[in-house]
Amino acid sequence: MSLIHKTAAELGRLVAAREVSAVEVAQAHLDRVAEVDKQINAFLHVDVEGTLAQARRVDERLAAGEALGPLAGVPIAHKDVFATRDMPTTAGSKILENWRPPYDATVTRRLREAGLVILGKTNLDEFAMGSSTENSAYGPTHNPWDLTRIPGGSSGGSSAAVSAYEAPLSTGTDTGGSIRQPAAVTGIVGMKPTYGGSSRYGLIAFASSLDTPGPFARNVLDAALLHEAFSGHDPLDSTSIDQAVPPVVDAARQADVAGMRIGVVKEFGGEGYQPGVLARFHEAVELLESLGAKVVEVSCAAFEYALPAYYLIAPSECSSNLARFDAMRYGLRVGDDGTRSAEEVMALTRAAGFGPEVKRRIMLGTYALSSGYYDAYYGQAQKVRTLIMRDFEAAFHQVDVLVSPTTPTTAFPIGERADDPMAMYLADLCTIPSNLAGNAAISVPCGLADEDGLPVGLQIMAPVLGDDRCYRVGAAVEKAFESRWGGPLLAKAPAI
Amino acid sequence: MSAITRDEVAHLARLSRLALADDELDHFAAQLDQIVGAVARVAEVAADDIPPSSHALPLTNVFRPDEVRPCLTPEEALSGAPAVEDDRFRVPRILGEEA
Repeated sequence: MSLIHKTAAELGRLVAAREVSAVEVAQAHLDRVAEVDKQINAFLHVDVEGTLAQARRVDERLAAGEALGPLAGVPIAHKDVFATRDMPTTAGSKILENWRPPYDATVTRRLREAGLVILGKTNLDEFAMGSSTENSAYGPTHNPWDLTRIPGGSSGGSSAAVSAYEAPLSTGTDTGGSIRQPAAVTGIVGMKPTYGGSSRYGLIAFASSLDTPGPFARNVLDAALLHEAFSGHDPLDSTSIDQAVPPVVDAARQADVAGMRIGVVKEFGGEGYQPGVLARFHEAVELLESLGAKVVEVSCAAFEYALPAYYLIAPSECSSNLARFDAMRYGLRVGDDGTRSAEEVMALTRAAGFGPEVKRRIMLGTYALSSGYYDAYYGQAQKVRTLIMRDFEAAFHQVDVLVSPTTPTTAFPIGERADDPMAMYLADLCTIPSNLAGNAAISVPCGLADEDGLPVGLQIMAPVLGDDRCYRVGAAVEKAFESRWGGPLLAKAPAI
Repeated sequence: MSAITRDEVAHLARLSRLALADDELDHFAAQLDQIVGAVARVAEVAADDIPPSSHALPLTNVFRPDEVRPCLTPEEALSGAPAVEDDRFRVPRILGEEA
């Protein structure tokens, strides 16, 4: 088996045992990126020299007898919304074209400390706003399963890079589903940790009460290893949880659901869901039952209002966060001809530098926070948030985890929803509740839809700081499905 | 009935410091009207006795120890600036001619 097809855990083991060098592993992945990324457009920036230098350093440290972590020497694709001082950081926006941050994000720093080799930065919907990566100012990313379709979003470059074997691991951020939805539609694993479990320091902010960094991988154990590598308390993020990281790696190795209570969310299904998605979901539920889990139906009535509440709360926070792009201290400046005022330059720069979806959300948030509308919109949405948290609390009294399809449909064609915001927003229908309540949730592959042969994801939701349960159930599902399929789902993808 | 008119979008764009073109105003007015119409459903469920939640975690007043620590140098802080003069950010005029 070639190096690019190996798991991250196996690559880490081979490098640590010095059976293969980190430089060889890095070069194999750089070759793959050079071979396929013209078709995929997963990367906005590839750092060839930097990648090889990082890999050489890992080899030198191992040669000197240093003990490094389980992922030392493993390549990773890094979402271009995390600050990296040695690479451009654009957030997929023209307003930050060529910007180089003067500091590293905490997630970036921890990847480096763990000896992970950062190949480059991946494409995303501008400022992580979108579900298709079509909102990137640098062109869309293509789904490796079908190049005419979207790879999900906003972390679509990261999902495509991993499913096209350009990297065994990648980072993402999940504000309304931006890790789980791209993972589902590209046939890989994507995890949204508990809010506050992974640091937001140096992550370009979209909606601060929702933004959560998390891992992508081709299997559950690799995702857990990466989760553990960059998570944990960070004094630089005031909303970071000061507690131990849940035992995610042990849980992924446990891979057993005997005796667990699993709830099927009654509200997620029926009209608007693709039949092939529902068929695979029901199969996954039957599989869990056959593995010894006790399955019950659970009602979460307020989930129906999660989408409208999210599209008030997230734009409100976005309109405030993106006020920092004022053309004064960094980024683009347009129209400064000596006659215009700072305010005029600001408005011209923001109009030129932001794409349509970002403008829509800034204005929507500005509207929802305006006096006269605040109580009816933002205030009401915050109450819905309370109701959703109460629904989760009641559900987790009855069951250990909740399950649903990750997305209502498989990957849709590029262009289909590009100028229909409401249709685009529906892609996050099932993922948003866990952002509003801050609990952990993962997406794992559960088969291909009959209609189009495209991947379907199973979402597993666990309580706040119950991240290990996501990995335990996810690994059990993965193990049972892989023995049924004769290998990972991704092996069924067409060759690129 | 339309919730958001073209004039209202022009007002929102001004508040948001976005110099939008006329055709953009028309386009956004129709879309924002549709979105606001859809999200207004939040009013159906949330009663007066439900407390609002701004956040998923109950955290208040998180402070770090008040200790001096290293920070960016002027060169680092100015490294991304569109214009620099005398170790400072150079910006367009912020006051009118009369001021």
